[in-house]
Amino acid sequence: MELWYEIVGILPFSWAQADGLLFMKNAFLAILVITPLFGLLSTMVVTNRMSFFSDALGHSAFTGMAIGTLAGAFAPTPCAVVFAVVFSLLFTLVQHKAHLSSDTVIGVFSSTAVALGIFIATLGGQSFTKFNALLIGDVLSVAPAEIGLLFLILVGVVIFWLISLNKILLSGVHPALADSRGTHVMIYEALFAIAIALVVTLSMSWVGLMVINSMLVLPGAAARNIAHNMRQYHLLSVLGALAAGIAGIITSFEIGASAGATITLYLAVFFAISFLFRKK
Amino acid sequence: MANKTIYQKMRTEKHSELPTQSCHGACCLRATDLGLKHGEQTIFEHIDLHIHCGEIVALIGPNGAGKSSLLKSILGQFPHSGTLEFFLPSGEASQPTFGYVPQNPAFDRNDPISVSDLFVSCISHWPVFLPIPKSLRQKVEECLSRVHAEKLIDRRVGTLSGGELQRVLLALALEPIPHILILDEPMSGVDIDGMKLLFDMLDEIRRRYDLSILMSTHDFTMLDPYVDKVLLLNDTIQAVGSPHKVLNSDAFRTAFHLGQEWRV
Repeated sequence: MELWYEIVGILPFSWAQADGLLFMKNAFLAILVITPLFGLLSTMVVTNRMSFFSDALGHSAFTGMAIGTLAGAFAPTPCAVVFAVVFSLLFTLVQHKAHLSSDTVIGVFSSTAVALGIFIATLGGQSFTKFNALLIGDVLSVAPAEIGLLFLILVGVVIFWLISLNKILLSGVHPALADSRGTHVMIYEALFAIAIALVVTLSMSWVGLMVINSMLVLPGAAARNIAHNMRQYHLLSVLGALAAGIAGIITSFEIGASAGATITLYLAVFFAISFLFRKK
Repeated sequence: MANKTIYQKMRTEKHSELPTQSCHGACCLRATDLGLKHGEQTIFEHIDLHIHCGEIVALIGPNGAGKSSLLKSILGQFPHSGTLEFFLPSGEASQPTFGYVPQNPAFDRNDPISVSDLFVSCISHWPVFLPIPKSLRQKVEECLSRVHAEKLIDRRVGTLSGGELQRVLLALALEPIPHILILDEPMSGVDIDGMKLLFDMLDEIRRRYDLSILMSTHDFTMLDPYVDKVLLLNDTIQAVGSPHKVLNSDAFRTAFHLGQEWRV
């Protein structure tokens, strides 16, 4: 971390200097780790038409946190992770087995998850306030050890991408073709769902549920407007997320607004610009 | 996996007693008494087929006749009753490899997936978000050259015309070269020129690689002269023979509700 504090000192901001604000330096590093992570996941969320699905997974992660807090004050995060993974598996299974349109299935699961989460969170007259942080997120509260965890998640997702991107892509855009090439479509859909569930659950304390959902959709959606192949698509999505993240955290500090919301607004601008210059 | 169990079953069940030859020195696919049920509903039953190498066979029939289901059963994607056997030219029983061109391959126009992305993700483990190595790109070009589509390599799959997309998917199904090529409605969404091009291509492929081609189709205009054999399916095989023979049969007129005087 000392090395990072020295590097960030190059930036011309008062908080970045040697006697500046430690929490901002930490948050800035966290953003540099989180945004490429979501930029990467975002590509397949958009291409495989899972925007709504990932939104519902986010809700289930919130429920997982509520259950985790209730079940074990000692370990809410592991509980939440287990719940989110089980939920995403059940989700994939129902979607495959039930002859319902997927938006109906998602609607059913999403609303159930939210209701269950709020029910558990407010059980016995508890105040919901402590869960507000999960919804809005507070990247400024991130500690160095937690940045380490986020970095490990980033490494994990990159490895997952190296191994499975091809199959996830095929399963999403053309299940029949994937099937005929020996790819088990359901397995890769489930793996991708689990990956999203894990990332969302583990990062929601700092990023916030609402921002996570926008981060999972906007970078990919914007990049898709202008990219012609997978390389351009990933590059633009990751760089766009990174740029919006950096611009967002700096702006939010200068004008005093929520970092997550500011980042999302920058992403929206990225989308608007890419839409104007979209390919024919 | 499903394929394996079917062929293992074939060896252990009654058909293992049959003599494993009768293909006259060419490789062939033989189906005996194939049937498929979905719950109480019979999709098709009592299907007997015999397809030789180098043959183009067209599967025709009204909507809901079970064409796609039969193709998927042969591919081993649907569990079915009956037996499927494949013999090499030596007369030895073997497991066939299939190339499959699925029906209605609809890609979104804006998806940032190039033809090379599609190929690389199908035929290699190289993650498509990294720059594609030269050797792999050459391999893709080689595959595309089999259907004279090298020029399409950098096009987005969503911007290809119906005929172009079918050619790309055909090239994909030919890597690796299969024993049997199965195409589900390859002529749908393809214009007359595209159809002629596609048929010429299939003709060239079966001659060059000596493989069997089985395709379902709704379009009867070009069956003659390209197709060797037509199978009329309507719950079961109603007629087999040359395009001329089947298209002028009573069974054909009945299946498609045509008048008795109807002739091709």
